[in-house]
Amino acid sequence: MSTRLATGGRLINRARSVEFSFDGKRLSGYEGDTLASALLANGETLVGRSFKYHRPRGIIASGPEEPNALVGTGEGGTFEPNQRATTTEVFNGLTANSQNAWPSLQFDIGGINRIMSRVFPAGFYYKTFMYPRFAWKHVFEPFIRKAAGLGAAPTGKDVDKYEYFYAHVDVLIVGGGTSGLAAALEAGRSGAKVLVLEQTNTWGGRAPVDGVDINGVSAEDWITDAVSELSNMDNVTLRTRTMGAGVYDHGWATGYERLTDHAPEIGGPRHRLWRIRAKRIVTMTGAIERPLSFAGNDVPGVMLAGAVRDYATNYGTSCGDVMVVATNNDDAYRTAIAQVQAGLSVAAILDARVMADGALVAQARDMGIRVETGAAISKVKGSKHVTGVAICAQAGEGTPTEEIKCDVVAMSGGWSPIVHLWSHCGGKLNWDADQAMFRPDPARPPLGADGNGFVIVGGTANGYLDAASAMKDAVAQGRKAAKEAGHKPAVAKAVKAVSVAESAIEPIWQMPQGMSVKLQTKTFLDYQNDVKVSDVRLAAREGYESVEHTKRYTTLGMATDQGKLSNINGLAILADSLNAEIPQVGTTTFRPPYHPISMGAIAGDARGDLFKPIRKTPMHEWITENGGFFEPVADWRRPYCYQHEGESVKDAVHREIINTRTNVGLLDASTLGKIIVKGPDAGKFLDMMYTNMMSTLKVGRCRYGLMCTENGFLSDDGVVARLDDETFLCHTTSGGSDRIHAWMEEWLQTEWWDWKVYTANVTEQYAQIAVVGPNARKVLEKLGGMDLSAEALPFMAFKEGEIGGIKARPFRISFSGELSYEIAVPASDGQAFWDMCIEAGAEFGIQPYGTECLHVMRAEKGFIMIGDETDGTVIPQDLNMQWALSKKKDDYLGKRAQQRSHMADPSRWKLVGLKTVTPTDVIPDGAYATDGTIRDNGVKHMIGRVTSTYYSPTLDRGIAMGLVEFGPDRMGEIIDFPTLDGKIIKAEICDPVFLDPEGARQNV
Amino acid sequence: MSSVTALNGATSNGIINVADAGLMGMITLRGDLASAGMAKAVKAATGSPMPAMRQITTGKSGAAAWMSSDELLLMVDYADADAVVAKISKSLGAAHHLAVNVSDARAVFNLPGDQIRDVLAKGSPADMSNDAFPIGEVRRTRIGQLAVAFWFTDAQNAKLVCFRSVGGHIMRWLENASEIGSEVGFH
Amino acid sequence: MLSLTCPNCGITADETDLHCDGQAHITRHGAGSNDDDLETYLFMRNNPKGVHFERWRHVYGCGKWFHAARCTMTLEVFGTYSAQTFEPPKALINKIKKKRPEFEGFVK
Repeated sequence: MSTRLATGGRLINRARSVEFSFDGKRLSGYEGDTLASALLANGETLVGRSFKYHRPRGIIASGPEEPNALVGTGEGGTFEPNQRATTTEVFNGLTANSQNAWPSLQFDIGGINRIMSRVFPAGFYYKTFMYPRFAWKHVFEPFIRKAAGLGAAPTGKDVDKYEYFYAHVDVLIVGGGTSGLAAALEAGRSGAKVLVLEQTNTWGGRAPVDGVDINGVSAEDWITDAVSELSNMDNVTLRTRTMGAGVYDHGWATGYERLTDHAPEIGGPRHRLWRIRAKRIVTMTGAIERPLSFAGNDVPGVMLAGAVRDYATNYGTSCGDVMVVATNNDDAYRTAIAQVQAGLSVAAILDARVMADGALVAQARDMGIRVETGAAISKVKGSKHVTGVAICAQAGEGTPTEEIKCDVVAMSGGWSPIVHLWSHCGGKLNWDADQAMFRPDPARPPLGADGNGFVIVGGTANGYLDAASAMKDAVAQGRKAAKEAGHKPAVAKAVKAVSVAESAIEPIWQMPQGMSVKLQTKTFLDYQNDVKVSDVRLAAREGYESVEHTKRYTTLGMATDQGKLSNINGLAILADSLNAEIPQVGTTTFRPPYHPISMGAIAGDARGDLFKPIRKTPMHEWITENGGFFEPVADWRRPYCYQHEGESVKDAVHREIINTRTNVGLLDASTLGKIIVKGPDAGKFLDMMYTNMMSTLKVGRCRYGLMCTENGFLSDDGVVARLDDETFLCHTTSGGSDRIHAWMEEWLQTEWWDWKVYTANVTEQYAQIAVVGPNARKVLEKLGGMDLSAEALPFMAFKEGEIGGIKARPFRISFSGELSYEIAVPASDGQAFWDMCIEAGAEFGIQPYGTECLHVMRAEKGFIMIGDETDGTVIPQDLNMQWALSKKKDDYLGKRAQQRSHMADPSRWKLVGLKTVTPTDVIPDGAYATDGTIRDNGVKHMIGRVTSTYYSPTLDRGIAMGLVEFGPDRMGEIIDFPTLDGKIIKAEICDPVFLDPEGARQNV
Repeated sequence: MSSVTALNGATSNGIINVADAGLMGMITLRGDLASAGMAKAVKAATGSPMPAMRQITTGKSGAAAWMSSDELLLMVDYADADAVVAKISKSLGAAHHLAVNVSDARAVFNLPGDQIRDVLAKGSPADMSNDAFPIGEVRRTRIGQLAVAFWFTDAQNAKLVCFRSVGGHIMRWLENASEIGSEVGFH
Repeated sequence: MLSLTCPNCGITADETDLHCDGQAHITRHGAGSNDDDLETYLFMRNNPKGVHFERWRHVYGCGKWFHAARCTMTLEVFGTYSAQTFEPPKALINKIKKKRPEFEGFVK
């Protein structure tokens, strides 16, 4: 079993131990350990259960490619499922728990699926759960949902903080191994602005583990010098614990920085999502080792050879006392040699190649290690841990010739360059048959805004697996990146890496080559999703020839590791099954992120009170403190009503209506859009924007206007005031201010750019306060400063001056049918003016009112509301607003479209008023009118719909407006509105103006 | 007079400090920026020369910031804004232009500190490096979901302007982005 | 995440600072136009696989509209230019033709 070695471990600090827990068990490790290395050091080799068959699983890898060792970390508000033990750093107090096992890791009841594995082949769910149809929702799905899944979703609110950071650089280098550092040195010395991202906490990558020398010193020493030189460059930023997550169009990339995962006590944001724009992106992401496909290759204790070496060299941890190595290449021999050098034993190296004669092979033989060529593992022995292997000839079908006892199997199927980031944005790959791997095709890179390739790949990731050529390539690519980013590389300094030469790999896609079907069902390709060699072969037999189809049918590569270990092996098996070549089958699509990133990082700071900006008027605080019951109106919050203590919302609305109609009410109308339109051509321009004639409006007067889209549909309405000969002030709806301003600018900039008109959005310059009701004038006269009599300021006029000592522009406009002044004051004085009105109005019964009161009062007057009477399909003619469509003008936006045959159809639903026959009835919102007939499709024939409906306290009855077929011709007719509870509300078609049709109340 | 800003004197302290800049006179001025009349009007209003593209210039009585190819934002004393608008209109006379007081339509922040670029880069996709955004330039961009403009007055001080209704939101955003412990160390 | 250079203020801005509004150089057909012209104006749009001329607005920046010539396949941006034009500048057309010999030129 695995244990801590007495010495060694370049990344751990033996002077500082840390305490952590795994499944409630208290364990200790060293500072610098990953959770995986610490678990191995504690002899914990069983870390999880597989997804489908609940097979016992152990740690396979030492990096983000790890498929098995997924744990939940933290508790409550810091709980995070599916964290890889191999990328989780241990710290004092870390709590980790295994997943997908119940009731316990050692005894998992779901393991029954393992015994049943013969009935769970590829496509099992698709095949089994089709009939009967009703059973899917009620029987199969709930069961599958309960049994499936990885870690549990967190239930508590995430207590951590996350943020974005936007960075612009010349050269982004992803990967801080020796290649990345060499490239960074070249780019940095050229003066380019460089950002280097390394996903682990350590610079240098694998070179120190593999015994590479650079420029005559150990890799470790060279790395120290390189990092020191880079740290001293002002134009270079180095970031560890930051993974290059994705590459996107036009040189955009994301980086995932984990700031506090390794030390929660330091505070600050937990993760930072770097959003990077780079002129060139250099991916120096190295390679991932492939597993070998032999029976029982998922038994805990079977590990990647490189990982076993990592644990020994980096963490001073042995993965077992007696090792068997299975390989098809020379690199795995390094693991065997390291094992012996650590004082442990290697029972045998099983090399599938017939010939093995490289320098590393010779070295192993010289050390007395038993090397078997042309050999393979027939089957791994053991269930919760490896106890031995049965060996056989690679050339055969798997008949065991011998059993060898061991407690760790180190396997290597060769290395695959990490091409994910190269491929994210369209970089293409070539199959390198000699090295049995896909590598980037430099002739087909992802293209940037200038049409040139913007991703450059180098080093091992570029297919140079030996240290010398990888380093040579890295230097060249670093210089290329600097040059393409507009900088001149400095005089080249040779960087020479030396490692032991290796002999050729032999591609081995299953072991032994003729393995029986029985062995295939125990040979795993995708550990996380439990996809076996037999599954892929079955998929091929069933006609899934496309790799993308096979992936979805078998779920190969669809787990959280996205097939980092399984994809190449899987598609090689598929190619073999189809009798095709590997490049013909091709790869599945690589999509970002490279490795899962937290939802918190994706959300950044947009959560809680920063999730969505809320627009507040100058009186917002006062409204909040005075019973305001808010509703969203576009991005604004407006009070629906002001609730008195103990009062219901409905009662508050009724009180506000009666008070405003009887005494005086006060409305915060600041949200209305206000746009200045000025210039010699302003009148001509507004004649195009509005359906009405605006150019004839007299200075000092107001006119209500409609705006339509070019499709003829109503888009906004409001009152226009002419401030002077060349200047108009256009009011828009609350939701329309930005949209209408942009609409005006669009026409001025892109169609009529020769017209002399300027606009400015002054919506927020003013607090607009409506004083409404029979006592409105009395309140304002008490404040003084301006003659507000009917003669001095008649209906539909405005004045400028001061009221109560505050600069004010009162408009005599009314949306309620009452005597009404809408007074614009500077926003900074809004609250002061509001306070004055409340104080002065006390003796006249003033009360603030909200939007619902406003809505009911306008409906009582038959005034339309954009968004109620209109929905993007309604034209002014539908609302009987022909009076607002100027006939004197040649054109206005939407005029031509309103003449299309369908728009002119007399049977279009038209606006009418509706009075419920039983006055206490109120038609529900959105109700449709029917005529009692049924259409061919079995649906009730609809002849209209309600657009606004309220109980009117003024009239003490239900009132509504609606669009009804031939409505205006059917006055007095009674029509039916069926309700959802099966009743029918009867309503009489009437004029939509329910109150004061003569306008006597407002015109005083 | 009881005029109040949207921020009502709010401040916060962190890796940079954030403070309500108080009432500031602001005028949107649109017109032909290449004309001599416009330069004269800007000079008379603020004492500053006509700013070139994306520039901000300062003078004895104010500053002029380039907002777009036909628009400036003039900054003057709050109490003077209306008078300055009148003066500009008189000076430009019949020349086609638009001058309007927008002093109350904005919230203005003072941002003192040595990590301003890093803090703003948490919300704005604009290149915040000194090369791309030197002192003397105004950047119009967004912070999160909201339009803002900002500029450096010196290496340790910046001003940020946003719409008044979202001043509270930007205040909260700045406070959050400048919390101790969230240093980035990039710029 | 595209980036485009606004010709009005010189800023190279992220897509999130911009707003795209489809095909450029559309002729308005208003009152008095025939049904075919109206239909073309309101509803007919090119959808080329390749070179396309688009309307963009620097919405979070200077607020101005501009036009961009862009390849819908590779996302290459050939250039951006003033929105106050009836057709793309000759120099830009020539530049595109050089890069894309199969490009037949601007067709309205």
